[in-house]
Amino acid sequence: MGFGDTSYDVAHVLGGGMLLISFVLLYQRRIFALVNALALQGVVLALAAAWQGHVQGAPQLYITAVIALAAKGVLIPIYLRRLVMQLPPARRAEPASGIGASMIAGFLLVGLSILVVLPATAGARALAREDLAIALSVVLLGLLMMVTRRTALAQIAGLMTLENGLVLAAVGVAGMPLVVELSTAGLVLVIAVIAGVFARVLHERFDSLDTSVLDPHRGEGT
Amino acid sequence: MTLWLILVPALAAALCAALPARAAQLNILASGVTLLLALLLLGEPAGGGWLRADALNTPFVLIAAIVGFGTAVFSAQDIAGDGFDTRQNRAYHAAFQGFMAAHFLALLADNLGVMWVAIEAGTLACVLMVALHRTPAAIEAAWKFFILCGVGIALALFGLIVLALAAQPVAGHAEGQLSYTALRALAPRADAGLLNLAFIFLLVGFGTKAGLAPLHSWLPDAHAEGPTPIAAVLSGLLLNAAMLGILRGKSIVAAHPEAIPPGPFLIVMGLVTLLLAGFSLWRRRDAKRLFGWSSIEHMGITAIAFGVGGVAGHMAGLLHLWGHSLVKSAAFFAVGRAVRIKGAQHMAAIGGLATSHPALGWGLALAMAALAGLPPFSLFASELLLATAMGREAPWLLPLLIFGLLVAGTALLHAMQRLCFGLPTPQPAPMEAGLATLLPLWGHLVLAMILGVALPGPLAAMLLEAARALT
Repeated sequence: MGFGDTSYDVAHVLGGGMLLISFVLLYQRRIFALVNALALQGVVLALAAAWQGHVQGAPQLYITAVIALAAKGVLIPIYLRRLVMQLPPARRAEPASGIGASMIAGFLLVGLSILVVLPATAGARALAREDLAIALSVVLLGLLMMVTRRTALAQIAGLMTLENGLVLAAVGVAGMPLVVELSTAGLVLVIAVIAGVFARVLHERFDSLDTSVLDPHRGEGT
Repeated sequence: MTLWLILVPALAAALCAALPARAAQLNILASGVTLLLALLLLGEPAGGGWLRADALNTPFVLIAAIVGFGTAVFSAQDIAGDGFDTRQNRAYHAAFQGFMAAHFLALLADNLGVMWVAIEAGTLACVLMVALHRTPAAIEAAWKFFILCGVGIALALFGLIVLALAAQPVAGHAEGQLSYTALRALAPRADAGLLNLAFIFLLVGFGTKAGLAPLHSWLPDAHAEGPTPIAAVLSGLLLNAAMLGILRGKSIVAAHPEAIPPGPFLIVMGLVTLLLAGFSLWRRRDAKRLFGWSSIEHMGITAIAFGVGGVAGHMAGLLHLWGHSLVKSAAFFAVGRAVRIKGAQHMAAIGGLATSHPALGWGLALAMAALAGLPPFSLFASELLLATAMGREAPWLLPLLIFGLLVAGTALLHAMQRLCFGLPTPQPAPMEAGLATLLPLWGHLVLAMILGVALPGPLAAMLLEAARALT
C-alpha cells in the first residue's frame, strides 16, 4: 500500500483534513466559529473511521463512525452553541494574542511528531504509521491549544480535538478492540457535560468564561 | 468474588443516591462489606477471565479496601460538619462509592483499555467531589484537576493505542491486543521501537495522575479544597491505581530484550519529583496542601524504587505504597479534624494540638513522624530497603536520594512541631476529637507500625509474590 492506492490516499486526505482543522482551531478567536470548526472536525473524524472500517473490513468501526458523527459532529456542538448563546455578545470572542507564535509552535509540533513516530514504527504498515504521525500531531495541537487559550470553552475545545486525535489513532490500528472506542465516546459526552456545568458555574459566579478570573484563587493565597 | 468487589460499591452508590438521609451509614456498611470481600479474595486461587486477581494487583486491592473503610468511618463525622444540603449529600456519597467501584475495576481489569476507562471514571467522580464546596478556590482546584488529568489520561490512552499497534502483528486475536496477560507474553516478539514509544506516553500519562513531576500541580490544590475524606482516598487510592498503570506498562516493555530499559526513566522522574517536593514542603503555609505535597514526595520515592527494580527494589516500592496509603490517610483524618476544631486551614492557626487534644495531636505527630521516614513505621523500613537496593544498583545516585529524603523529612518534622506542640491556638468553639476520627486514625497508625516492626508472614509473602511478578 502506498501513494496511488485509493485506500491509502483517502485515509491520508481525511487525516490531513483533521490536521488542517486543528490549525483552524488554533487561531480561531470567535467562539461560534470555534464550535463550527469543532463540529467539522467531528464529521471528518467520522468519515475517517468509516473509511478505515471499509478498508479493514471491520464493521464495528462503522459504529465508531456513527458515534463520532452523532456526538462530536452534532450533539456536542449544539450543546456548546446553546451555552454560548447564553453569554452576552461582548464575551463571544477572546482578545487575539500570540496567533503567529502559536502557529509556529504548531508547525514545530507536527514536525516533532513525524520525527518521533516514523523512525519508531519502522516495522509497522505504512498506513498505520503515517496515520499515527497525523494523529499524534492532532493530539499535540490540542495540547497546545489548551496551553495557549484563556477561556474555558476554548480549553474544552482543545481537550476535544485532543480526544479526536486519539480516536483517529485508535481506528488506524487494525483489530483494536471496540470497547475502548465506545467507552471513549461515552466519556467524552460525560466530560463535555461536566465542563458545561463548570462553565455555567463560572459564569454565574464571576460573570465570565475567562479562567484567568480564577487565578487569584490559585494556590495558598496569603 | 472479583465481580462482587465492583458490584457492591456500585450498588451502594445507587442506594446512597436514592436514600441521602441514610447515606453516611450506608457508606460505612458498603465499605465494610467491601473490606470483607477483599479479605476473602486472599483465600482464593488466582483466577482467569476479564477480571482477575493476580499476584501483582492483590496487594493493591487489599490496601484500597482497608483505606476505603477507614475513610468511610471518618467521613460520616466529617461530612456532617460540612453543612451539605440534601443534593450535595447525595452527590458526595454516591460519588464516593462510585469512585470505589471504579477503583476496584481499574485494579482488577485484565484489559488495559478497561483499566484506562475505570481510572478516568474514578477521576471524574473525584473532580465532582472536589468541586462540591462551590467556593472559587474549590472550583479553581477542580478545574485544574480536570484539565491536567484530562491531558494526562489522554496521553496514557495514546500509549495504550501504540501498545496495541506493537502487539498487532503477533497477537492471534483482537482481544489479545490490550489484555495485560497476553501482552506480557507477546512483548518479546513485538516491535521494540513501538514499545519504547508506548512506554513514554504511559509514563507521562499515568504519571500525571500519580502526581509525578512535571504535571503534578493539580495535586496539592485538589487535596486542599475538596472535602477531607476525598484527600484521603485521592492519596491512598487514586495515586496507587495510576502507579499500577505505570507498573503494568513497565513490565510489558521490560519483557522485550531490545527495548530501552524503563527503569532509568522512572528513577529520573522520581528523583526530580522527590527533590522538587522536598523543597516545596519547606514553603507550605496551608496544612492540607502540606500533606498534598508530601504525597507527591512519596510517589517520587515509589517511582525511584520501581525504577531501581529487582526483587528488592520492587518490594521496597510496594511496601512504600502500602505504608504511604495507610499513614497519609491517617494524617488527613487528623488534620481534617484539626481544621474543623480550629476553624481554619492555615498552619499558623493550628498549633499546640497535643496539649489541647492529646489523642488527636499525638496521632497527627506520629503520622507526620512516619511520613518523615522515622522508625518504627513501615515507611522507614521501605526507605531503608530502597537505599540498600540503590546502593547496590546505582551507588552514585544514592547521595541524591538521601539528600531528598532528608530535605523532605526535616520539613515535615519542622511542620509537626508547629502543628502539634507549643502553645495551643484559640479555637472558635469547644469541640472534641471524636471517636469517628480517632478510631481510623490510630487503627491506620497501628497497622503501619506492625508493618514496620514485624511484617506478618502472609503479608510479606504476598508482597514478595507481587515483587517477583514484576521482575
